[in-house]
Amino acid sequence: MDPKSWIRAKARISPYEAIFWIAAAVIPFVFFENYLSLAASVAVTALFCISLDMILGYAGIISLGHAAFFGIGAYTAGILSARGWGEPISGLLLAAAVTAAVGYIVSFMIVRVQHLALLMITLGLSFLLAELAISFDQFTGGSDGLQGIDTWKLLGIWKFSLWGHTAYAYALATLFVLFLLARRIVHSPFGLTLEAIRENPVRTTALGAPNHAHLRKIFTIAAAFAGVAGALLAQISETVSPEALGFQRSAEIAVMLILGGTGRLYGAILGAIIFMIARDQISGFYLQYWYFWIGLILILVVLFLPRGILGGLERLARLGRRA
Amino acid sequence: MNSLETRNLNKAFGKLVVADNVSLALPQGARHALIGPNGAGKTTLINLITGALRPDTGSVQLNGEDITSLLPDARVKRGLGRTFQINTLFPQLTPLESATMAICERDALSGHWLSPLAKHGAAIDEAYDLLGRVGLADAATKPTRDLAYGQQRLLEIALALASSPKVLLLDEPAAGVPKSESAALFEVIAGLPEDISVLFIEHDMNLVFSFATSITVLVQGAILTEGPPDQIAHDPQVREIYLGGAHHG
Amino acid sequence: MSTLIAVLFDGFSYGMLLFLLSVGLSVTLGLMNFTNLAHGAFAMLGGYVTYALVESAGWPFLATLPLAFLATALIAAVFEAVLFRRIYKSGELNQVLLTIGVVFASYAVAAFFFGTVHHSVDLPDYLKGFVEIGDLKLPAYRIFLVIVALAVTAGLILFLEFTRFGAMVRAAVDNDKVAGGLGLNINAIFALTFALGSGLAGLGGALAIDILFIDPNFGFHILVPVLIVVSIGGLGSIWGSFLAAAALGIFDVAGKFLFPDFGPFLIYLFMVVILFFRPNGFFARR
Repeated sequence: MDPKSWIRAKARISPYEAIFWIAAAVIPFVFFENYLSLAASVAVTALFCISLDMILGYAGIISLGHAAFFGIGAYTAGILSARGWGEPISGLLLAAAVTAAVGYIVSFMIVRVQHLALLMITLGLSFLLAELAISFDQFTGGSDGLQGIDTWKLLGIWKFSLWGHTAYAYALATLFVLFLLARRIVHSPFGLTLEAIRENPVRTTALGAPNHAHLRKIFTIAAAFAGVAGALLAQISETVSPEALGFQRSAEIAVMLILGGTGRLYGAILGAIIFMIARDQISGFYLQYWYFWIGLILILVVLFLPRGILGGLERLARLGRRA
Repeated sequence: MNSLETRNLNKAFGKLVVADNVSLALPQGARHALIGPNGAGKTTLINLITGALRPDTGSVQLNGEDITSLLPDARVKRGLGRTFQINTLFPQLTPLESATMAICERDALSGHWLSPLAKHGAAIDEAYDLLGRVGLADAATKPTRDLAYGQQRLLEIALALASSPKVLLLDEPAAGVPKSESAALFEVIAGLPEDISVLFIEHDMNLVFSFATSITVLVQGAILTEGPPDQIAHDPQVREIYLGGAHHG
Repeated sequence: MSTLIAVLFDGFSYGMLLFLLSVGLSVTLGLMNFTNLAHGAFAMLGGYVTYALVESAGWPFLATLPLAFLATALIAAVFEAVLFRRIYKSGELNQVLLTIGVVFASYAVAAFFFGTVHHSVDLPDYLKGFVEIGDLKLPAYRIFLVIVALAVTAGLILFLEFTRFGAMVRAAVDNDKVAGGLGLNINAIFALTFALGSGLAGLGGALAIDILFIDPNFGFHILVPVLIVVSIGGLGSIWGSFLAAAALGIFDVAGKFLFPDFGPFLIYLFMVVILFFRPNGFFARR
């Protein structure tokens, strides 16, 4: 066996992946034109979920407040637009820069603490930001949400319409580009080191790895990803409310990631697709039943499918090959 | 100049003294065993050397440099490697990935976040060679958690070697290894590169007396005696502890 | 002056309520490192037990309190035996997710049986209105709350210090390996402690009914202050929880009074800063 080709095979793009992305680009436009807005928010959520996968699935940092960065990105892009600059792509870039900066500062706190203190600091920071968003209402619109966002034509050509053609194309393209970036990161030497830190930080230290520096770096990168996802939502929906930062969003994104499967990027995407479509279909009837199903799914996944749907499928495939 | 030296190390947790004025010296290429009853402070001493614990007083010198104030990872970067008494591995990664990670970290590649791992072919080849040398080539691409216990002990040593240490601390390398698998382990330890200085803790007296060229006996955090193996083997105090004492290791 | 005392007393009584709601979680977290985010859902259960008994069965309020405790303890014991016991060893993330799942499901179940509206109960006359001490007017219900909380604290401390079971719990919190080595059955100790701790949360939920109202979101809403108390107070420490709860209660009420816009903000800020410097809280047993 050649060890290099084994490593390379792990990172190779499979035909299934190509099929998935082509399908994602075609099917909603052709068969589900009435659901393009939903498809756009699925793409946004998938991007946010990938961001959580980078810190939780790959680096093993448990955060209950990841929506903080989603919200900062949303408010950054939203306020920029409401103050008169509605060019979408520069809005995304600014949101990425601001969330990366905040993420970098926060990362110094995150790497210092563990267990309950880590949960509480991540939770506390997101609540703190939500309170700020409500209090500084001259910038944020307070608890009513930010009004007056006007997103200009994409690249000066395509208008964001009610039907959501532009919105979905824009969200999917952004998701695709950042997915490729995330894929590159997790298959780099840095990505491997993160997995090693997740698996055993004591050993990585004994191998000379500066764990904290590595974790700060991925936290900063993931914050920027979450910020871009938030900015996308603000530009597409042309509104931002404090719930963008809220615990509920942080909890939901974790549910999606666990459902799809952590530490494999596609788990994040699959989880987002299933969760968002299911919510769209079910919550229309009764909200409380929706919560019942989420709760039940979480319990069942933890007990019986600890590696999520993709992890379970992988195991089935392995068993099938052996038999 | 000694590869590793500790000078008058002291450490106490409250009233419990775990290191009592410990001074050790390992010349280059040393095979030095650290023995003593359970609770003698052997692992504590390893932790003081690696930087997992800070001494109350005293210093640690690595190749003539005072490393007492350095963080653990910085000490590793200067050539101090270690293994663990209880397997401290990456259960979901393969040995190939684990060793490649260690080599990337050593060669300052671990910060590269935009270049594919497969591009760093030299690191991967070196990792695979290293695994081959400890007899893990066949297991290189299986998840670590699926490896036999003896193989995991070998991987412990392989990972420590991957960081190219000048001084290697082996914390009970044979702990828990069944007789059937211990020959491979002994062979690997016997075959460690000669220029590496090795300090090892071990309860298996076979291993101690076949590889050590000098032995330090630690009791209650302090050095009881020190010397070549045959002198230690005939030391009445040591015999008292190991044959007559209540805490048989 | 009397306004100040009234505000402080308001805060203190709210703090005592938080203490009842938190202390069980603190002990069980210290005992087993089991991150149970469903603790607030058990509190909600106690609240609904009292509501149902008072409003539907016509029980007197006081008589429902022991039952809120017992029913919650019993159901918590079932959850522990059937569900939670399986994940003690499977990592923090799984514990967080599974117990959050229980909170989500509890929302739906509560909404199904009781609707999504706020509920409170009609209190007996002697708990309504105010008690006047000089020119000080203190709400009768809050005085009652403080008395119950102090009695529970005293009982807990006597229980832990002077009973054989209490000594076992203390030994297990301090060092479960040693305690296991001494032949104590950690699992049984934990199951019983979990039931009792959840029962106290149920009692807290029942008592909260006149101060916070009960609705299906209770399990989520109460979780944050409860976790603040537990993390700041330090795992496994009754005094830590007591002091942290009292401080949080007073700060919360005084904060609303002094800086109405920034009260919650300051609470989260203090928590983050405190945990940054003291990640184990102030009085952790280990």
